[in-house]
Amino acid sequence: MKKVLIGMSGGVDSSVGAIILKEQGYDVYGVTMKLWESDDENVESGCCSYSASMDAKRVCDFLDIPHYTIDFKEQFKTCVIKNFIDEYSNSRTPNPCIECNKHLKFGSMYNLAKSLGIDYIATGHYAKVEYSDKYKRYVLKKSDNISKDQSYVLYNIPLNLLEYIIFPLGSFNSKDEIRNIAKENNLTIASKPDSQDICFIPDGDYKKFLEKNSELKEKIGNVIFNDEVIGKHNGLYKYTIGQRRGLGISHEKPLYVVGFNNDNNELIVGEEKDLYIKNFKVKNYNLLLVDSLNKPMKVNVKTRYKSIEHPATIYMEDGFIKVEFDEKQKGVTSGQSAVFYIDDIVLGGGIIV
Amino acid sequence: MKYYFDNSATTRLDDEVLNEMLPYYTEYYGNASSIYKLGQKSKNKIESVRNKIAEILNTKSNEIYFTSGGSESNNLAIKGIMHANIFKGKHLITSSIEHPSVLNTCKSLEEEGFEVTYLAVDEKGIINLESLKKSIRKDTILVSVMLANNEIGTIEPIKEISNICHQNGVIFHTDAVQAIGNIKLDIKELGIDSLSLSSHKFYGPKGIGALYVRSGIKFKPLIDGGHQEREMRAGTENVPSIVGMGKALELVYSNLDDKNKYIKGLRDYFEENIKKLPNVIINGDLNNRLSSISNITIKGVDSNTLVIGLDMRDVAISNGSACQSGSALPSHVLKAIGIREDYLKSTVRISFGKYNTKEEVDYLIKSLKEVGKC
Repeated sequence: MKKVLIGMSGGVDSSVGAIILKEQGYDVYGVTMKLWESDDENVESGCCSYSASMDAKRVCDFLDIPHYTIDFKEQFKTCVIKNFIDEYSNSRTPNPCIECNKHLKFGSMYNLAKSLGIDYIATGHYAKVEYSDKYKRYVLKKSDNISKDQSYVLYNIPLNLLEYIIFPLGSFNSKDEIRNIAKENNLTIASKPDSQDICFIPDGDYKKFLEKNSELKEKIGNVIFNDEVIGKHNGLYKYTIGQRRGLGISHEKPLYVVGFNNDNNELIVGEEKDLYIKNFKVKNYNLLLVDSLNKPMKVNVKTRYKSIEHPATIYMEDGFIKVEFDEKQKGVTSGQSAVFYIDDIVLGGGIIV
Repeated sequence: MKYYFDNSATTRLDDEVLNEMLPYYTEYYGNASSIYKLGQKSKNKIESVRNKIAEILNTKSNEIYFTSGGSESNNLAIKGIMHANIFKGKHLITSSIEHPSVLNTCKSLEEEGFEVTYLAVDEKGIINLESLKKSIRKDTILVSVMLANNEIGTIEPIKEISNICHQNGVIFHTDAVQAIGNIKLDIKELGIDSLSLSSHKFYGPKGIGALYVRSGIKFKPLIDGGHQEREMRAGTENVPSIVGMGKALELVYSNLDDKNKYIKGLRDYFEENIKKLPNVIINGDLNNRLSSISNITIKGVDSNTLVIGLDMRDVAISNGSACQSGSALPSHVLKAIGIREDYLKSTVRISFGKYNTKEEVDYLIKSLKEVGKC
């Protein structure tokens, strides 16, 4: 019997994932990764809370599979939290889920499975891994439920791990089907709400989080439009590219954050047209579908988790991947990831410079 | 569990103990405070257990108080004694390798304004008697040092500690939870003023323990309520569990030497086999420890891997103590004895009991070698 270690948050998705794997005949082991502990004792909503771990334990007990809670707080702090703070300190907008998948779920958790002689690892992500005859390799693909697809946050999975990864929810067309499986199995978590964006900031106030957990604090600076000072801001970390609300500036046209001048603590704003760019560079990339980019390739690019794809050409330039949109696009934000697709297959991706 | 090697976390209840307990659930279920015969039956049984425990530990029965277990006993002793002796001062001394039920009690007292000195230990886990002497102040009320450590098994120099305390007019409490049932213990001879014990560590039921406090020492109760336990511990007595604890203690001390020899034999056999391996270190004081505990580091292998990998083979061992895991923070005990930073996360505790067999130990060794790749 093939063994599989599934990461379980206590939510519906990973719980149903465990059910499916068991039905498919795997020898299933559940693990809850303890990644973060809030100092605020009133916060019990994050995915790493005691109750989340207990939910996972209950599901595993019901399925009669072993469950372990493992402390990965240290790795999470060094790999995810530190990066999160560093990026904001440099006026970039990070995506911590991508770092967490890279270092924790498909790093530490995979290593744990390997050290235990467990063949596969699984998560409740909406994505698919398949062997492609065309490409003669395992490929990472979008999930059948396109509205839930999470392949964007998974591009950093090392290529050699793909064949050992199972996404049991990848072939479901709707979340209702998943909730129904949970209900059929009388899982009390069937109606649990979907988890929010950032697990370690359950209230969504990332500014408060940064002020509490880093050196960042409010610092008043100028807001610049067309080289002129038109207002004040109180800390560059509070803004992201494309942001319109909360600028506190009245102007005849709507203004957006278009850039930062870190050295002078200046926030650069502009009109909507200024947000559009034709090309940009990507660093720390990971390629899955090809071994290298030795010639330009036509791909579709996604520059934010929730944004749509746009056609572009990618090629190597000075060690970076250069992305050239067919037509100018907006919303390209330093620190976010650009992920390249060919049809529904992830070619690779990297961090926007 | 097929291969249970976590006897320091808890032990399997002895069948003989269970049989002794059962009638007190369904037949003699009276409340020990009730006047009628059914109540008297319970009361008499409780008092006969109290006498038996006092006899085994060489103390008087009016010095034994029943509690819900080791943690409560430690809380009751330390908080109770500090609060009752506040006129004398606000200082207490403990060691840095105590169980959380002592360390966190001390922390809670610190929040109230008491002052605590935490004594360092050497690489074997033994406190320094000179430091103890130097740490005693005019306003020191209490010294609390465990009899034997729950992670590495090191036995502290209790007689010497109690001598120092008494020469300085300080009360001496010891957490003997891990030691009771593993070593012979004479409270009068050791000069102990206060001692905690817990039944589930010696094949008795969980949720029951006792506190010994020498008569004449003032302490305050934690729980307000009825008059049970001479007003020091309110709440209806847990008669079946008290009966079980008494029986378990009686059994464990009836042939302690033979049982210890057997358990030590298993432990030593295990260590003989495991210490030959290139990446294994045995931690603690190898000459002066409980015969049931083996604390080992397998270099380069994460303790989570060891514990889970063995669980996959139906072998139960622990990383750190059960009271620490879940947190999975590096053990404060291993840190205190100066284990290298990179070994802290590669260390596990294997604890043997009377139900283990040599065949089981062979399987344990085989499994450890497989999982530890050594």
